[in-house]
Amino acid sequence: MTDILRKVNDSRQRVTGGIGERWRALPRWQRWLGFAAFVAFLYYLPYLGIPGLVWLRTDYISNGTNWASVLFICAVYVLVAIGLNVVVGLAGLLDLGYVGFFAVGAYSVALFGSANSPVVHMIQAQFGMPKGWAVAWAVCIPLALVLTMISGVILGWPTLRLRGDYLAIVTLGFGEIIRIVARNSEWAGAAQGINGIPGPQGAPSPDNHIFGLLDAKPWYWLALTVVLVMVFAVRRLENSRVGRAWLAIREDEDAAAVMGVHGFKFKLWAFAIGAALGGISGLLFASRQGFVEPLGFNAQLSILFVAMVVVGGSGNMAGVALGAFLLAYLPERFRDFNNVRVLVFGLALVLVMLLRPQGLIPSRRRARELKDRAEEAPVNVA
Amino acid sequence: MLPKQMSSPEGESPREVLLEVDQVTLRFGGVVALDDVSFTLRKGEILGLIGPNGAGKTTCFNAMTGVYRPSSGQVRFAGTQVSGRKPHQINRMGIGRTFQNIRLFPEMTALENVLVGTDARHKTSVVGALFRLYRVKAKPEELPVVDAANGAVRSWQQVRRAFARVLGISRHTLEERAGEHKALELLRFVGIADRANELARNLPYGYQRRLEIARALATEPQLLCLDEPAAGFNPAEKADLLQLIRRIRDNGYTVLLIEHDMRLVMGVTDRIVVLEFGKKIAEGTPAEVRENPKVIAAYLGVPADAA
Repeated sequence: MTDILRKVNDSRQRVTGGIGERWRALPRWQRWLGFAAFVAFLYYLPYLGIPGLVWLRTDYISNGTNWASVLFICAVYVLVAIGLNVVVGLAGLLDLGYVGFFAVGAYSVALFGSANSPVVHMIQAQFGMPKGWAVAWAVCIPLALVLTMISGVILGWPTLRLRGDYLAIVTLGFGEIIRIVARNSEWAGAAQGINGIPGPQGAPSPDNHIFGLLDAKPWYWLALTVVLVMVFAVRRLENSRVGRAWLAIREDEDAAAVMGVHGFKFKLWAFAIGAALGGISGLLFASRQGFVEPLGFNAQLSILFVAMVVVGGSGNMAGVALGAFLLAYLPERFRDFNNVRVLVFGLALVLVMLLRPQGLIPSRRRARELKDRAEEAPVNVA
Repeated sequence: MLPKQMSSPEGESPREVLLEVDQVTLRFGGVVALDDVSFTLRKGEILGLIGPNGAGKTTCFNAMTGVYRPSSGQVRFAGTQVSGRKPHQINRMGIGRTFQNIRLFPEMTALENVLVGTDARHKTSVVGALFRLYRVKAKPEELPVVDAANGAVRSWQQVRRAFARVLGISRHTLEERAGEHKALELLRFVGIADRANELARNLPYGYQRRLEIARALATEPQLLCLDEPAAGFNPAEKADLLQLIRRIRDNGYTVLLIEHDMRLVMGVTDRIVVLEFGKKIAEGTPAEVRENPKVIAAYLGVPADAA
């Protein structure tokens, strides 16, 4: 069975194998032009009406989901994947509790931005604010950034001394802690959560014409813009002293330390940056949804986040973005399959792992690292 | 050329003590890996650390560079206590080292490996790399060059040059450029610049050994510790390495050398410390050590009539 699949995969490789090389060989301005065209296409996506591509839309099928809403979720997940990629792909730290940061971001806009949240009620009572007052959405953004970065440091400070699997287990616990604390704290809205979370136009109301409940297109464009800015930022980090330090830590932490790399500091930065990106995506998600509840931030979502990075190609931003897009999009597009949807999804994941363990668009370096490890381990898969 | 280190003028003696290993003992459970070892290293000298296998030479390096913490005793570098500090701090103080079993970053190119070393002296961190706000006034030779034949590209380069003249250049950019320049120079110095852009893991063995030296030098150490740099070399390669070590010393570095090959050690070192079973058994000039009966016994076994 796997032999046949491998044969299919090999012939595919003959067709698509050289794309990356050819792309990198292009002159710089042509690559910029290509990228700009791609970005323009992304902004155009909600109107997608090109004959032959229409079937990509999720509302192409009967009872399909609103296309722009799906695109928005995809963009949010892409942002999550880019953030998690900093931790897993660049710094090489397996984080299985990433949903924790997503939740912290979502809850910080909920707790401070919503007029219905216990925290805002407390502030109102304390400082004599009028009823209906809440922290403005624009102020919630830096607030969420700071809070998620702090939570990243709080998680990282004691745990980054651990390596490999031990770190993964602790982070898994962290994700659960956030959810359970939110579930059991009155000040965090407990089990019923918090509603009335504001968006760019303030608290949800029928008068919000741009960032309203019905039309998801502006939300998608907002999320897409954030994604592009973050791609640019992470790219800068990757090609700097910081990126090199992460790479050195991933390859040989002890040797890096002797060469003057402050491993703990850079790992903590990776955690904080990853957390901030997760927080921003959580904030966007909560703002669009208008309410948060603890149930939405379970460990399953964490595993999905890691799956996006692994399926897409850990360490490569284009790869993880594709992985996140597919994992968010495919289940929506194939709603027709209904009951077997999750099964098909699982099978697809297994197939990817069998044929392309390094991910769909792997980082060249990560792919080689994986290959080395596979060659070192004397496994016999017959 | 390799950056010259500050060194005291020739002939002024005794020269300043750079490294002091003071009664260092290191135990692993019941095993005593280092037993009350003391020696000093003066600025500008090449000290050989020799001994049979398992004598504790590499352990001594590890105790000096912060990989292990001595059970008792002290290591002082330029008068400052070393033991108890983290490896990266010790590197920052000025001790660079190579590894006996090569430990390069295999998936990075030779150049990138050395760049990690140069980064030890750089300051750009996350904020600096993200926003590039620390601007430094650029010297004329640091401004972007205008060299394109294409008119449009040329005007673009001129705009960039004008901006750089007014706003300066970010510390990130300057450090990246200076690092690359220095890294290439170091690769040239150790003689492997022809394969600068090849992955470290694909380099031939001799190149990897030299790359380790270049990477350690990139951190701008005052003291360079070489852990069996000639292991696995043939005589011709060993002769080359000997030259390289001399050139490193001539540039003002102090060198601590672990080596098995007696001829190499005798030929290049100023003084030698001999370890056996974790204890120092001899110390002196190569000629003195060569004549020392304890050393001869340790290396060749005890003659029957002495037993």
